[in-house]
Amino acid sequence: MKVSLSWLADYVELPDDADLVVAALADLGLPVEERWATGPVPGVVTARVVRTERHPDAAKVQRVWVDAGDGLERHVWCGASNFAAGDVVPLATLGTEMPDGRVISARGILGIDSDGMLCSARELGLGSDHSGILVLPADSPLGVTYGDAVGLATDTVVDIDITRNRPDAYGVVGVARDLAAHFGVPLRLPDATVVVNGPARSVPVTIVDGDRCGRFTTVVLSGIAVGPGAGWMATRLQAVGQRPINNVVDVSNYVMLELNQPNHTYDLDLLRGAALRVRVARAGESLVTLDEVTRELTADDLLICDGDDVAVGLAGVMGAENSAISATTDTVALEVAWFEPGGIGATVSRIGLRSDASTRFERGVDPYGPDRAAARFVELLAETCPDLVVHAGAVDERAASLPSPQRQTTLRVAEVERIVGVPLAAAEITALLDPIGFTTTPASVDGEAPGDGDGGGGGEAPGVLRVELPSWRPDCNTEIDVIEEVARHYGYARVPRLVPLSPLHGHLTAAQQRRRALRRTLVGLGLSEVLPNAFLAAADVERAGLGIDTSAEPPEVLRITNPIVHGEDVLRPSLRPGLLGAIALNANRRRPGVALFEIGHVYRPGPGELPDEREWVAIALAGREAPAAVEVWRAVAEAMGIGARIDQGRPPAGLHATRAATLLAGRDTLGVVGEVAPEVLAAYDIDERVAVVELDLSGVLKAEPKAARWRPTSKHPSSDLDVAFVLADDVPAEKLEKAIRQGAGALLNGVELFDAYRGESLGEGRRSLAYRLRLQALDRTLSDADVAAVLQAVTAAAAKLGAERRG
Amino acid sequence: MISDIDAARAEALAQISAATTTTELDAVAAALNGKRAPLAVLKTGLGALATPDDKKLAGQALNAAQQAVATELTGRRHELVASERARRVEAERLDLTEFVRPARRGHLHPVTQAWERLEDVFVGLGFTVAEGPEVESDWYNFEALNMSPDHPARNEFDTLFVDHRGAPPGTTVLRTHTSPVQIRAMLTAAPPLYLVAPGRVFRRDTPDATHMPVFHQIEGLVVDRGITLGHLAGTIQAFTEAFFGPGFESRLRPSYFPFTEPSAEFDIRTPSGDWLELGGCGMVHPDVLRAGGVDPAEWSGFAFGFGIDRMASERHAVGDLRDMYVGDIEFAEQF
Repeated sequence: MKVSLSWLADYVELPDDADLVVAALADLGLPVEERWATGPVPGVVTARVVRTERHPDAAKVQRVWVDAGDGLERHVWCGASNFAAGDVVPLATLGTEMPDGRVISARGILGIDSDGMLCSARELGLGSDHSGILVLPADSPLGVTYGDAVGLATDTVVDIDITRNRPDAYGVVGVARDLAAHFGVPLRLPDATVVVNGPARSVPVTIVDGDRCGRFTTVVLSGIAVGPGAGWMATRLQAVGQRPINNVVDVSNYVMLELNQPNHTYDLDLLRGAALRVRVARAGESLVTLDEVTRELTADDLLICDGDDVAVGLAGVMGAENSAISATTDTVALEVAWFEPGGIGATVSRIGLRSDASTRFERGVDPYGPDRAAARFVELLAETCPDLVVHAGAVDERAASLPSPQRQTTLRVAEVERIVGVPLAAAEITALLDPIGFTTTPASVDGEAPGDGDGGGGGEAPGVLRVELPSWRPDCNTEIDVIEEVARHYGYARVPRLVPLSPLHGHLTAAQQRRRALRRTLVGLGLSEVLPNAFLAAADVERAGLGIDTSAEPPEVLRITNPIVHGEDVLRPSLRPGLLGAIALNANRRRPGVALFEIGHVYRPGPGELPDEREWVAIALAGREAPAAVEVWRAVAEAMGIGARIDQGRPPAGLHATRAATLLAGRDTLGVVGEVAPEVLAAYDIDERVAVVELDLSGVLKAEPKAARWRPTSKHPSSDLDVAFVLADDVPAEKLEKAIRQGAGALLNGVELFDAYRGESLGEGRRSLAYRLRLQALDRTLSDADVAAVLQAVTAAAAKLGAERRG
Repeated sequence: MISDIDAARAEALAQISAATTTTELDAVAAALNGKRAPLAVLKTGLGALATPDDKKLAGQALNAAQQAVATELTGRRHELVASERARRVEAERLDLTEFVRPARRGHLHPVTQAWERLEDVFVGLGFTVAEGPEVESDWYNFEALNMSPDHPARNEFDTLFVDHRGAPPGTTVLRTHTSPVQIRAMLTAAPPLYLVAPGRVFRRDTPDATHMPVFHQIEGLVVDRGITLGHLAGTIQAFTEAFFGPGFESRLRPSYFPFTEPSAEFDIRTPSGDWLELGGCGMVHPDVLRAGGVDPAEWSGFAFGFGIDRMASERHAVGDLRDMYVGDIEFAEQF
């Protein structure tokens, strides 16, 4: 909401320093988002046009010589030609900073300098007129600031961000009331009595749908001469971004902005039946609003209709063309009403039409404000309409939805301290609330008010206050609402700060610590974390070959009902598409061989109250083969104290059929390891191989592995034994290693595969696997006989798998 | 005899000093210590000498010669080992600024780094860390937070809805804030509660340089006896100093949220004097405490929340938030 400080100053005495006002507004919860100065632009002076001249080589501009009062002839280039010699015009002198930020320089045309610039109204921030240079009154003195010539004073405009709980602050008076309370000065409200000076003439009102319209007042005004509005009003309106139209519209807007009371005028000669009906629209009914758009209506939209029941306005949002005032209007019916906020909000969001009026009605205007608004309207219009007649017979129709004029609540004095942390006495609370219209009285001792502690005896401070809630604060209903007002006007900054002493010991849960350990392990393995988009297109899921049918029924993926981008409507069922996308992006940017991971949630449909949502980790190694993924899996398994069987029996969807495995922990699938299938890589346009590990973390993070147990280390040297076996390709190396471990027995300290060899000499479908066994005893150095015994046992164990010792 | 000894000794010493490598010296030493070495041969001739005096003199000369040879061998060996080592060291000279393919270290995402730092600060203040689902029911995300289905404030959240068959249409959402974790925490454990809830949140926002539809927030909740607005302000200040460092100030300004009352925005002031809007906070609304099964007459509490991505982007001066989420390794490796 834009408001100028000069306007506020009509109702409240403000400090001269605008910074203090801005700071006060912030303290009151009315933060200033932006502020700017209005009024004359410094450096722009009045000048008289001496002569003009066309230049043969410049078709669109002319040369102008002006006199700025100092007798010198200044030459300027000018694109407009709406003036003649003798006219007084605004001249921006060299170095002037214009409202749009441009600084006037001598830059010329055709090598001829320009000694300044002549300005249009728009260039000076005076409305939208850019059709020509602003021509000032002919009798204006020369060489003075043009503001003096047009009666324009310097002012500051602030744009306030208004929260939903402060509908009253949509009116200048509402802001002024808060400032008056803050600075401890009186609020000077405009008068509230309509002075009747004409015969009875009424526009009767029928409220058909009383749940949607609580109050509707009309008063008939005649003797109107539609013409330009008052200059001071136009300046004010313009300063806050309202375009001046004519005296009637300007007054209507001014009253709305001042008192937060939208209002509407109907040309009474055009209003059929000279009566108004307020009803919801019928199905199929439509209305052409003032912006010349045909609005199709539903039974949720409230209409103002004329005596013939023909719609003349969309209640609380916008009027219609058919009864709008025109240049010849003489008599109007002034409507000031109160509409139920929720209904206006529903219409606004359905038809997407928001107006200054609807914004106010939607948040809630003062249901007991129409009288003051009508009075103010009359007072202001009389300034430009000396023959204005206010007719007797004003109508004030009320209906069920009108809020009660006597809304109240109780406030326990002790509760203020319990919530705010400041011990305030009843009198102090009253002093804070009274200036903003919350009237307090001590609650009766035998009242039902709770917590009535120390308010018993005569003369003592009451423990409970009865608070009358102001009608312009529909957001305030309960005790806590009032406590907020007390805190706000006491000042948040004055509340003493305390750090509460937590009786808990602060900690991360075991699962949270394990998540961090996992991250550290992955970073230690040279992987970098990425956070790709959680929203996918169905095509992304298909492309990754996850074995998920995105068009299946019942659905196999979870969809967003109202996606941001058409198509990006699938919540990722796997982290893999995100990582593959990131690899493709890096490859595109010539960054091959990236090693990435993500820890994040994946989502699938589920039968529960909420869908199936799990936390996974996915690791992708571009340019690496499957064993690299197994190596990462092994490192993660060791760091996290988990284990799983590498089952190559059924290759997981989307992975390389002969280079991928499922990780099985007992009968549960823990995840997958291996290489991405070539067709998937092709679909992502990835030329590198990609090795992946994916783990379901729901179990991994909850697991509580035992702490590693100490194993004594031998003081004697170890003996290494290299041994190679030839065995069939379909026997996993894992099994051979297990056999070696079993065969070697207690002397084995470690075993490592150091070579795998396939060759013709070994025969088809066979390979040689060479292991290095580290043998060691705690109590002695091993003898050749010890080593020979191990070799024999290992050979025997391997033979059971069909493995022959080589060499 | 003596002259023979002297000659043999001179010859041996000459051979030792002529050796230029330890290998040569080993060969020389083997020859000099062997049975056929001249000094050894001379020693066998001692018995043939005529007088005991001659024997004694010649024996002494022989011993001295053998001693001298042994000493010379040791000395020469030391010399040769030292010079060979020196040559090897010289030959092994490396330019340590010349290295191929430096080992790649992994990087945590800046949002994760900020997330963990924030958790650590609050753990230090005696808080625990709570989590909740990202796909959330309308009740937890809105209704329990004092936003009934027709509450106008709901419109401001730009909610993304999820087609979930386990619940009535339009009642499953991608959580718009981490506040539903407050309710889950209150329903899970009785007060006192001192917790933060970091997590991913979603809004129906078109991505641009300063907005992402998917981002991260951290929520704080304290419920205990006698908790006041003063405790909220004190906690915000304690956090500000712990997270941003000394010289940072915080302030609370009145504001509005349906789930807190009194409500506030909190700002921080950098040592250079600029105020930065950080997040929202307030005293937990009595209706919200009730929804969490907490009696507002006995307990009071405060809550606060702010964006983690914002913390990360401010810290690293990230000019375009979208860059944080495309997975470019060159982005990741900067942090």
